[in-house]
Amino acid sequence: MSDAPPSQPSVIERIPEATQRRRRAWRMFKDGLARYGVTVGGVGVIIAVVLIFFYLLYVVMPLLKPGSAEPVTDYALPGGGQTLHLAMEEQGEIAVRFTDEEVLFFRTRSGEPVSRHPLPLPAGVQVSIFAVGEPGSGVVAYGLSDGTALVVRHDYRITYPDDQRLITPELKFPLGTNPVKVAAEGETLQRLAVQVGEENSTLVGLTDQGQLQLARIRQEESFLGGETEIVRTHSQLPLTLSQPRYLLVNPTQRFLYAATRSGELARYDIRDPASPALLEQLSISEGGSELTSLELLAGGISLLAGYSDGGISQWFSVREENSDHERLQRIRGFDAYDSPITAIAPEHSRKGLLAVDAQGRLSIYHTTAHKQILSRQVIDGGLRKVAVSPRADYWLAEDTQQRLHFWKIDNEHPEISWSSLWGKVWYESYDEPAYIWQSSSASNDHEPKFSLTPLAFGTLKAAFYAMLIATPLAILGAIYTSYFMAPKMRGSIKPAIEIMEALPTVILGFLAGLWLAPYVETHLPGIFSLLIVMPFGVLLFAWLWHLLPWQLRTRVPDGWEAAMLIPVVLLIGWLSLSLSPLMEVWLFDGDMRLWLKQELGLDFDQRNSIVVGLAMGFAVIPTIFSIAEDAIFNVPKHLTSGSLALGATPWQTLTRVVLLTASPGIFSAVMIGMGRAVGETMIVLMATGNTPVMDMNIFQGMRTLAANIAVEMPESAVGSTHYRVLFLAALVLFMFTFVVNTLAEIVRQRLRRKYSSL
Amino acid sequence: MKRNLGNWFKSGTPWVWLNAAAVSASLIMVVGLLALIAVRGLAHFWPATVYEFEYLQTDGQHQRIIGEISDSEIVTRARIEASGSAEVPGDTPEVERLLIKTGNRDLVGLDFRWLLEPRVLERSMPTDVMAVERYEWGNFYGFLQRVKQEDQVVAEGEAAWQALQDRLARATELQHRIKDIEKGRIGSINYAMEQLRLDRRRLELEGRDTPENLAAIEAEQARLQADYEVLQRELGELYQQLRRDSFTATVMDGREVEVPLAKVVRAYRPNAMSTVDKFGFYFAKLWEFVSDEPREANTEGGIFPAIFGTVMMVMLMSVVVTPFGVVAAVYLREYAKQGPLTRTIRIAVNNLAGVPSIVYGVFGLGFFVYFLGGNIDDLFFPEAQPAPTFGTPGLFWAALTLALLTLPVVIVATEEGLSRIPSAIREGSLALGATKAETLWRTVLPMASPAMMTGLILAVARAAGEVAPLMLVGVVKLAPSLPVDGNPPFVHLERKFMHLGFHIYDVGFQSPNVEAARPLVYATALLLVLVIVVLNLAAIAIRNRLREQFKSFDQG
Repeated sequence: MSDAPPSQPSVIERIPEATQRRRRAWRMFKDGLARYGVTVGGVGVIIAVVLIFFYLLYVVMPLLKPGSAEPVTDYALPGGGQTLHLAMEEQGEIAVRFTDEEVLFFRTRSGEPVSRHPLPLPAGVQVSIFAVGEPGSGVVAYGLSDGTALVVRHDYRITYPDDQRLITPELKFPLGTNPVKVAAEGETLQRLAVQVGEENSTLVGLTDQGQLQLARIRQEESFLGGETEIVRTHSQLPLTLSQPRYLLVNPTQRFLYAATRSGELARYDIRDPASPALLEQLSISEGGSELTSLELLAGGISLLAGYSDGGISQWFSVREENSDHERLQRIRGFDAYDSPITAIAPEHSRKGLLAVDAQGRLSIYHTTAHKQILSRQVIDGGLRKVAVSPRADYWLAEDTQQRLHFWKIDNEHPEISWSSLWGKVWYESYDEPAYIWQSSSASNDHEPKFSLTPLAFGTLKAAFYAMLIATPLAILGAIYTSYFMAPKMRGSIKPAIEIMEALPTVILGFLAGLWLAPYVETHLPGIFSLLIVMPFGVLLFAWLWHLLPWQLRTRVPDGWEAAMLIPVVLLIGWLSLSLSPLMEVWLFDGDMRLWLKQELGLDFDQRNSIVVGLAMGFAVIPTIFSIAEDAIFNVPKHLTSGSLALGATPWQTLTRVVLLTASPGIFSAVMIGMGRAVGETMIVLMATGNTPVMDMNIFQGMRTLAANIAVEMPESAVGSTHYRVLFLAALVLFMFTFVVNTLAEIVRQRLRRKYSSL
Repeated sequence: MKRNLGNWFKSGTPWVWLNAAAVSASLIMVVGLLALIAVRGLAHFWPATVYEFEYLQTDGQHQRIIGEISDSEIVTRARIEASGSAEVPGDTPEVERLLIKTGNRDLVGLDFRWLLEPRVLERSMPTDVMAVERYEWGNFYGFLQRVKQEDQVVAEGEAAWQALQDRLARATELQHRIKDIEKGRIGSINYAMEQLRLDRRRLELEGRDTPENLAAIEAEQARLQADYEVLQRELGELYQQLRRDSFTATVMDGREVEVPLAKVVRAYRPNAMSTVDKFGFYFAKLWEFVSDEPREANTEGGIFPAIFGTVMMVMLMSVVVTPFGVVAAVYLREYAKQGPLTRTIRIAVNNLAGVPSIVYGVFGLGFFVYFLGGNIDDLFFPEAQPAPTFGTPGLFWAALTLALLTLPVVIVATEEGLSRIPSAIREGSLALGATKAETLWRTVLPMASPAMMTGLILAVARAAGEVAPLMLVGVVKLAPSLPVDGNPPFVHLERKFMHLGFHIYDVGFQSPNVEAARPLVYATALLLVLVIVVLNLAAIAIRNRLREQFKSFDQG
């Protein structure tokens, strides 16, 4: 099938009309096909490119989505009696209700009982009080009228008969089915706190005689194997509060908190059960309101206090300035709804909490992000108890009319807020609010610290030092190359700079990290003197050259100064660097690092900002150079000719005419170079220590957004907050460079139009 | 002509000189960097002289140290004293210190140590010192004493050297056969076994696990198992033969050490070699470097898998990026209505070239690997679940990610080529009755092809050097098998691969013994730089020729 255009009319005439028409139709069809094919392909490619932005946004969006909750069902309370505690298992299918008679497991979606377990209480003994251990452990304790306590754990076994998940609830007794003695003299327990660990368990009880008694139970494998032996330590704590209403032991069993309804709180050190000590006593009441709820946040470091005016506040101990002494301090509070908080349920593995109040409102908060996730009116009436499932995806709330409300929560990323991403946050165990990036740690109760500020700071710091090196070199070089250099030399300089641009950054990074960093460390004075001496050395050489007889000078034509300067620059460089040890001995007592530390108090990292500045400066020079050179070279020739004809020297023409005209182009060159420095990954990854510090010190490293992504992305779980925050970092980089580049590009296009109109 | 400093400054000449100095400094930096890489990279293969030092230790004892000088530097006395090491004899403020590669890591723990030059009492180059490259523990330096066969001494003294070389040749031959069996034949049996397991699982999933089908699979498995056992026996015998020989040598502290030949790659006497021998050795090492697999956590041996992976990835990427880039450029330049929208798109495409490469990596990981790959796995590879096939970083996704990354390069270059074609040529073709498609296909595109070529070359150069996105979408430090092998379907796009750039990062920064790995990193860097410089020079040459061509068009 040949569709070549026939060259001679006679040939066309010889072809039958019908064939001609067919052929023309076929050609037209092909033309249309090409048009549509190319259009579809072209538009498709452009859409694919736009997709990058939207996909990044799509992954980041869930971070910004507010939490939500919707009711699933509500039903009458299964079983009788007064609810002491509610809890759910991992899947949110089965819940447990503790009353003073029995433990009742029931289905969360229907309220239908699954199994009931009467309490194995000795005859004639009643339940007097109830305590809850760490939520994740499932441990609770019944305080009894004979001064003992029964420790119970709700546990769930998951089996898959016929590929169907079957959850069987069980009741376990970690300290045995016999109640454990808490009150030494057998007094009735009025208040109780419990915490069960791997080896040690702690029970603290307040007796009806007003005594605070502590029992530490240690389970030891006996040497002969088999039976575990229980060792019990007992002691009495000094009680300075009257009628404490709340008792809490933290999960590490190190601290005991006792608080009264009026908000007086005492903190004890019970690490050594034989000699407990009162650490401090203070009031945590706010504006005269009463304390209506006191719980520990997941991890057990923070106290959460709910008040009668509906407020909630978070407290943890902070080291006082200039001392080792720690004091409990109010960290942050959440806004009030004017109705007393009746119960607080901390989430099991995150730093969030659920709170219910006396007017039927349930609110979810997150402490690190310092925000209210949501607040719902569950019922017009009061809510008494609340439980949250371990995955924090369901809640179960009991109202004052003996009904249970089962809701589903959608709250994937509560830890993200504007303030937790960019602001100073007071993290647990820190002495003050700080900008911290620490996305993961070994412990489960770790509070993720997703502050992008230190990373953004590191990015800008790296870019700043790179630009400090690159901008003068690149722009001065561009001026010379485009305006003064002999065309022949220019022809070979441009490819050299292009090669420089093409060098893989991994190679620059590797040289910076393995060669330059140790070199800079040993030649620190030399590097600094190089930067200072170089301009003067060049000027000196130029002056000497100027003094040479005219016949000699004209041997070298104009525009070859750069070539002449190569040996000069080399000589100055060599001199500065080889004199470096001598300078170090004369000026810095032989060790500049030590001198910096002692005299200026500056820490020195081997992979520091100087190394990054030099290496990344090297990478950015060609980008700035080629764009700036282009802008200056394309300044219309009649402008310069006119200026020169009016008697201006070349230098005057350059500064007054050429640079003024080309300045937008130079600006856009710097912007594009900046964009490249901000997004560069491999160089900073290899040439810095990658510690996210916020310190402008030139002798220290940094961690940039890009390097952080490269380091942490492969390890982050898909869909997790960490994963999405890394996408957010990528989006920030994308937006930043895109905006900067677009600006630069628009400036350049304007300039080009201006040149063509001149 | 008054030679006055004030006038001189007023004339502006000094500033011109300063500007010139910026160019000189940039040039020196580029050339210096290339020279540094070239010198260090090429020196790696040269058989370095092995010295014997008489060294005065801090406790006044003399010690004999044998090794290659790997680096030397001048430091101030204060620094040495601050670092807590020995006091320095003499009173010069500066001291030279030498980094000596002493090898024998299995015997002394550290294979590098710093010597202070003033404490070196004597330095000699014994001709009979022997350097041995080993499969484990790095180099060995010592004086050959005797060669043994099954604990019987077969050669001693001067004759030992020849005997060692002969027996080493035999051991190398055996090593080759062992590798052939292990990598090749047992490798493909393992692959077939895995395929059978997957077949079986697929039958179960599709409910076709009838007894006949299962029996067929089991029969095949039994056959493979039998083959495997035969090979295993053969391998056992080869290993038995390999273990036959060994040699003993005295090391620097006077101990006599026995080294089995099974552990030896090559043995040579660098100080006794003539220049011709050294060149022979040099090229043998160079060949090993580009053709062999890495040893010892990538710090020794060759980088063939990395070269192969890079080439493979870049080729795949070119196949993807060329048509899409060209189509997009043709659309933008020839079909789209030239207006503000097209201008905006053009700016946007231009700017994508400036978006940090790591962003593409993040996109590739999220979209290609987890989203596309995850769905492909669900649809086509349910039998391999929960192990991902395409839902994990791999060669194909790496190529796609880099194609996206280099798309702007190709689009911009092609567009530039298209815009340089005088419109008279298009109009001429149209006036002769050709349709637009015909004009494009027969005149415009052929004329623009050098521009496309330039774009592609630049894209390849960029892709070959890019590492950051690849770290997320598919490179690994050590790939167990190449993406192409003898097992059907021969090309395995889902496999992870090795890459020159990542190799540099990994060996230079993640390796436990960076000092030992350093020369290899320089050599790898040199190779990568060479590839990229050559590609770029080619692009520049093509572009220049293109410009000349169109210049003649304009004039003619």
